[in-house]
Amino acid sequence: MSDIHSQRNLAYVRTEQAPAMPAPLTVSGPIGWMRENLFPTPINALMSLIFGALLLYVIWITLDWAVFKAVWSGEDRSACIGDGAHGACWAMARAKFGQWMYGFYPFAERWRVDVVGIVGLLALVPMMMPSLPYKKLNGIFLLGIYPILTLILLTGGNFDIGMSTWLTVGAFVAAVVIPILLLGFVAKIIQPTHALMASGAIVGGVALLLIIMSIDFGLPYVETSKWGGLLLTLVVAITGIVASLPIGILLALGRRSSMPVVKLFSVAFIELWRGVPLITVLFMASVVLPLFLPPGTSFDKLLRALIGVALFSSAYMAEVVRGGLQAIPKGQTEAAQALGLTYWQNIGLITLPQALKLVIPGIVNTFIGLFKDTVLVGIIGLYDLLLIVQAANTDQKWVAPQTHSTGFFFAAAVFWIFCFGMSRYSMFMERQLDTGHKS
Amino acid sequence: MKRTLLSLALGTAVSLAGITAASAGTLDDVKAKGFIQCGVSQGLIGFSNPDDKNNWTGLDVDFCRAVAGAVFGDGEKVKFTPLSAKERFTALQSGEIDILSRNTTWTMGRDTSLGLVFAGVTYYDGQGFMVKKSLGVDSALKLDGASVCTQTGTTTELNLADYFRANNMKYEVVAFEKADEVIAAYDSGRCDVFTTDQSGLYAERLKLKNPDENVVLPEIISKEPLGPVVRQGDDAWFNVVKWTYFALLNAEEAGITAANAGDMMANSTDPGIRRLLGVEGDFGKNIGLENNWAANAIKAVGNYGEMFDRNVGPDTNLKISRGVNALWKDGGIQYAPPVR
Repeated sequence: MSDIHSQRNLAYVRTEQAPAMPAPLTVSGPIGWMRENLFPTPINALMSLIFGALLLYVIWITLDWAVFKAVWSGEDRSACIGDGAHGACWAMARAKFGQWMYGFYPFAERWRVDVVGIVGLLALVPMMMPSLPYKKLNGIFLLGIYPILTLILLTGGNFDIGMSTWLTVGAFVAAVVIPILLLGFVAKIIQPTHALMASGAIVGGVALLLIIMSIDFGLPYVETSKWGGLLLTLVVAITGIVASLPIGILLALGRRSSMPVVKLFSVAFIELWRGVPLITVLFMASVVLPLFLPPGTSFDKLLRALIGVALFSSAYMAEVVRGGLQAIPKGQTEAAQALGLTYWQNIGLITLPQALKLVIPGIVNTFIGLFKDTVLVGIIGLYDLLLIVQAANTDQKWVAPQTHSTGFFFAAAVFWIFCFGMSRYSMFMERQLDTGHKS
Repeated sequence: MKRTLLSLALGTAVSLAGITAASAGTLDDVKAKGFIQCGVSQGLIGFSNPDDKNNWTGLDVDFCRAVAGAVFGDGEKVKFTPLSAKERFTALQSGEIDILSRNTTWTMGRDTSLGLVFAGVTYYDGQGFMVKKSLGVDSALKLDGASVCTQTGTTTELNLADYFRANNMKYEVVAFEKADEVIAAYDSGRCDVFTTDQSGLYAERLKLKNPDENVVLPEIISKEPLGPVVRQGDDAWFNVVKWTYFALLNAEEAGITAANAGDMMANSTDPGIRRLLGVEGDFGKNIGLENNWAANAIKAVGNYGEMFDRNVGPDTNLKISRGVNALWKDGGIQYAPPVR
C-alpha cells in the first residue's frame, strides 16, 4: 500500500487513457491494404506481381493504340495508312460519327431524333430517381404519350388511315373488347361496370391513336429503312425491353393459372419462342413471312423485326418472372383470399411487388442480353450500330488497316456504357429495395 | 401528300389491301409506284456502299440508277434495300425488290432453279493473285515454288490446286480459317502470294499497311460473272434491265458519254447512235419505255466505262484495271448486241 501512497508525490500522473496512436503504416492505408490483400504470402505476392504486370501491359497497349499512336484528324484514308499509322483511326470515326448515331436519317431532319432523345432522357431520369415526385404522371407520359410522340417525330406522322386499316384495326379491337364484355355481362367474372370502362378505354384509345397518327404536322416522311446506327439499336432494344416486361408478366401468370386454355397457351407460347434461336426468328420474319404475303406488298422490315424481338424476349422474361412468383409462399395468397381480395388485387398488391423485387437481377440480365442481341438485326439488312460501323470498312474513302478495329472499339465502348449503366442502376435499385436483406 | 399506313404499322392490313396491288407485271408496277426498289449489298468496296453523305455508291448501285434513268428519265428514282447474302433471293422472289444488283455470281443452278433469271454480266470477276511488287513477278505463270495464303475449305483452295497442277508448278499452301487472318498473314510476310476473287484482292489491298507495294496479277483462273437478277417469267421487265445493260455497253463503244449524250442526240449522223439514242426507230416504245430511254440511262450514270472508272477504276482507291471487263474491241469480253 505504501507504494501507492508514495506515488501521489510524483509530479505528473496520467488520469485518462492516452489517445490511440494511428496504426503503423505497415497495417493501415494503402500499404497495409496491399500487404493484407496482395502480398500476404510469397505465392500471393508472386501472383499479384504477374497479374499486375499483365494488367499494366494491357492498359498500356490499349492506350498506346487508342490514344498515343492514334490519328485524330484527316480528310480521308490517306491519313490512316503508311508506316506511321499503327493506332486507331479516329479521323474516320469523326467523319462517320453522325452516320453511326443516326444511320441514313436525312441531315436536315436529325433534330427530330435529338428531340426524341432529349425528351426521353428528361422524362426517364426523374423516373429513375426514387426520391423525386410525380411518378404516376411521369409514367403515363413515358408509356402513353412518349411512344406516340416518338413514332410521329421519327416517321413524320401523317399516315393515310384508309378504310381497310380501320376495318382491320376494328377487327382486332373487337377481338379484345368482345371477350371482356362477355366476361362482364354473360359470365359475370368481371364487374359489368369495369368491363364497360375497360372496353370504352380501349376503343377510345385506339381511335384517338389512329386520329393523331393521321394528323399532318408538316414533317417530311422518313422511311424506317433510313433509320440506323445507335438510333436503330435503341429503338429495337427499348421496344423489346418495354414490351417484354408486361407480356412476360402476363405469360408467367398464365403459366401458373389453373385455367387450362390460358395455361396451355402460355406454355406453348413460351416453349415455342424459347425453343427457337433469335436469329431464326428474325430470318422467319424477314425471309419467310414475305412469301406468305401477296406479292408486291411490303410490310415494314423494322416492324417485323421489332415484333419478333419483343415476342422472343417476352418468353424469356416470363420464365424469369415465374421464378419470382414461385418464391412467394402460398400462404400469402391464401391470406389475401381470406381477406376477400380478388385475384388481380392479390397479384397487383401482394404477390407481384414481392416477386418482381426478388428477380431484379434476372430481369436486368434479360434486358442486357436483349440489348446485345439487337446486333442480330444486321443479318436481315437493318443497319444497327455494329453493321453501320462495319460499313466504314467497305467505304473506299476510309478503308485502311485500322478502320475495322477502330469501328469495333467504338461499338464495344458504346455497348459497354449502356450495359454497365443498366447493371449499375439495377444494383442501385436492389440497395433501395434492400432485396439482399443485408441491413 | 398522304401515304399509306400499310408500310409502317399494322401490317396485317396489308393482306386485305395488298391483293389488288399484285398481278400486273413489274414494269407496270414500277411505273405505278414511281421508283425502282433495288436490292444491293450491305457493304462491298466499289460495288455498293453508303458514303459519308448517306448516298449509296458503287458499280452495282449505279446499274440500278441506270435502269431508273431508262424507265423514268431520272436516275434518282430508285430506293436501295441493303440485303445480306442469305436473304437476297427471297427478297426478289417475294417481290420486296424489283431488281437484285448485289455481286451475285451467275451460275446454272441459280439461273434455272430459283425462279430467277440473270440479265447480264456487269462485272466479270474470278480468282486472281496478289504479290508484293518486290517479288518482281508480272504473271501468275512465274509463281513456281511460291507460298500462297488462302482460306481453308473454299473453292478458292481447289481452283488454286488445279491451276498450279495444270501448269506444272510447285506451291506451298498457307491456309487460314478466316478471311481477316489470311490478309494479316500475307501482310506480315508469311506467304508470297494472296489469292481470292480479283475484286476482293483489290479491296483487301486497301487494308494492307502499304497498299502501293502490292500488285494484282492479270490472270484470272476461275469464272465469277456478277450481274443483275430479276424474276423469271416477267419478260417485259427482264428486257428493260437486259437492254439497259446493253445500252451502256453500246454507248461506250460509240463514244457516247453522260456529258455528250444530249449533243449526240441533236447532231450525230451515225445511224447506230441515232437508233440507240432514240432519234430513229421505235426501240424504246417496243420495250415499254420512251424512245430516248437509252439516252436517259446514259445521262444518269454515264456509259459502262464511265460507270466502271468512277466506282472501281484506276482513278479510285481501288485501282482495278479493266482487264476482261474491257469492251470486246479493246481485248475484253464485254459485248452487246446491236440496237437495230
